[in-house]
Amino acid sequence: MEASFYHAKTRYPGIFGWIFTTDHKRVGLLYLFSSLSFFAVGVSLGLTMRLELIRSGMHFYSAQTYNAIFTLHGVIMIFLFIIPGIPSSLGNFIMPLQIGARDVAFPKINILSWWLFIMGGAIAVTSLFTGGGPPDTGWTFYVPYSIRTGTNISLAVFGVFLIGLSSTLTGMNFLTTIHRLRAPGMTWKRMTLFTWSIYATSWIQLLATPVLAITLLLLIIERNFGVGFFDPAKGGDPILFEHMFWIYSHPAVYIMILPAMGTVTDIIPVFTRRNIFGYSFIAASSLAIAFVGYLVWGHHMFTSGMSDTARIIFSLLTFIVAVPSGVKVFNWIASLYKGSIRMNAPLLYTLAFIFLFSIGGLTGLVQGALATAVHVHGTYFVVGHFHYVMFGGAGFGFFAGLHYWFPKITGKLYEEHLAKLACFFLFIGFNMLYFSMFVLGWEGMPRRYYDYLPKFNGPNLVATIGSWILAMGLIIMFYNLVHSLFAGNEAGDNPWEAASLEWQTTSPPPVENFAVQPVVTKGPYEFR
Amino acid sequence: MEENTSHHVATRTFVFVWIALLCLTGLTIKAAQMQMGEWSMVANIAIASVKASLVLWFFMHLKYEKRLFKLLLFVPIITISIIIVLTFFDIWYR
Ligand code: HEM
Repeated sequence: MEASFYHAKTRYPGIFGWIFTTDHKRVGLLYLFSSLSFFAVGVSLGLTMRLELIRSGMHFYSAQTYNAIFTLHGVIMIFLFIIPGIPSSLGNFIMPLQIGARDVAFPKINILSWWLFIMGGAIAVTSLFTGGGPPDTGWTFYVPYSIRTGTNISLAVFGVFLIGLSSTLTGMNFLTTIHRLRAPGMTWKRMTLFTWSIYATSWIQLLATPVLAITLLLLIIERNFGVGFFDPAKGGDPILFEHMFWIYSHPAVYIMILPAMGTVTDIIPVFTRRNIFGYSFIAASSLAIAFVGYLVWGHHMFTSGMSDTARIIFSLLTFIVAVPSGVKVFNWIASLYKGSIRMNAPLLYTLAFIFLFSIGGLTGLVQGALATAVHVHGTYFVVGHFHYVMFGGAGFGFFAGLHYWFPKITGKLYEEHLAKLACFFLFIGFNMLYFSMFVLGWEGMPRRYYDYLPKFNGPNLVATIGSWILAMGLIIMFYNLVHSLFAGNEAGDNPWEAASLEWQTTSPPPVENFAVQPVVTKGPYEFR
Repeated sequence: MEENTSHHVATRTFVFVWIALLCLTGLTIKAAQMQMGEWSMVANIAIASVKASLVLWFFMHLKYEKRLFKLLLFVPIITISIIIVLTFFDIWYR
């Protein structure tokens, strides 16, 4: 048997063997390590925000500091954790294995992506300590405030620009890989649905991210040279910024959620021991989401002063995007039906995902409907909604994938009881924290303030306590994974008895993934 | 792949395309002077699209590519067209 890629000789020694690697598995782990580190920072910031909000009144953050903190929290969570989260880490590690490739199509561009990502992150961090101080615009950088504020917007935005470039390159790389490097016999209909979701995601990364790049460049030009793209006094249009920003950022929410959907779709058949229900529909719904996702950005702008015609059209289109998501949820449930269920941690996290994502999705419809959107816009209802989809959805999907592929990546087993205990804490804490936000938002508490009226005290206290329970869950989960990395039992090559291709090689895999070129003769979920 | 088989495109074709591009640029300026109000945007985008297509088709050799490649290019073009149309539902009806 060939040695695993951890033990293979690299071109450079030690840490350089990692940061100058071209092996997709190492690149994936670099991404995993870096995005989880950013996640830890983001969570810490979130916890301190919740602490400030435990009761009405100012405790330890001034208004200005609070503005900087939620901006930083948002930027880190979106651009440095959840967008690269699943596609660049698990996608990089797992997808080439699933299609029987030896690496991605452009291994050097792959490591370049990571370099751009890290440099972008470093520049964004530098912006906190230089110039006019940490940005305070919220992660959306809306004009006109972002043009007028004295804080260090230009540098932060440039950091995000680089991260966007990295994301575009990854998308291009994965598209080419999936088109050109599939093993013999790996037809499109034999690909795993995780790979399908990565494929759909890559299209979004490739086509939508350049719009973000242009928008951010225009912002920098306007700030530094006073050109009036967005300033009405100079003939510009501030709403144009919102259009351009969301033309990227709405498809980007599908960059976050699609890979998570793909992950759980791979997990369900393995732990129910039956073929997935509605393979083609799930694959097609990924593509449909990717496409329709381009057409609904206006629902972020219902109260911006956009024309009524546009508001009605965008509201209608928003309802359409709920259809493919609904298709997926029903297919997952149908796949669980009459399965021989093995309740291991990956499935447990998957069930939590389905539950939380459904709440997130349904509350999305509340905001997609014009009349109710006007009521809840700019309140904590929105904050509750996007944490349910991004954290409850994409985040929990990521955790499910981490547990499912942990043996593949490390060759070790995590401790099952601890993993379940962590999931329990996460689930309880999560709902206490974010469900309270729905209540608060419905009652009218606005988002992005360091303080609130005393009548909102009750649910805010529940939310803050929930945040600690959630944090406990995270600590237990990561303790378990890190501890098992060193002290876990040997997993064997295929501990879950999965049928897809990534499990048909050794765990962890050798450098070029398969000792002999695999030839595929059946679908990814055929266990018999 | 096809890129190695050299297509000897007549210099004449290139010159014609270049002249066409120049004429279209002239047309853009003319259109700007015609005070067409909202429609000047449509005219501009239409002319720009024709110019971009000429460049893609001849200078960037799209003409000689495989069918699949041409088809794939349509995906982003259609997407961006729909996006632009949707934006105008705001700007024109405000
Ligand atoms: C322990 C975990 C977390 C806690 C305690 C937390 C807490 C919060 C709070 C209290 C706010 C509202 C700030 C305000 O409007 O005044 C917020 C905003 C936000 N959170 Fe989280 N969060 C957590 C995890 C996450 C995750 C995992 C993501 C993304 C994947 C995320 C993304 C965001 C974004 C994008 C904003 C909006 C920032 C803005 O308004 O510009 N958060 N978070």
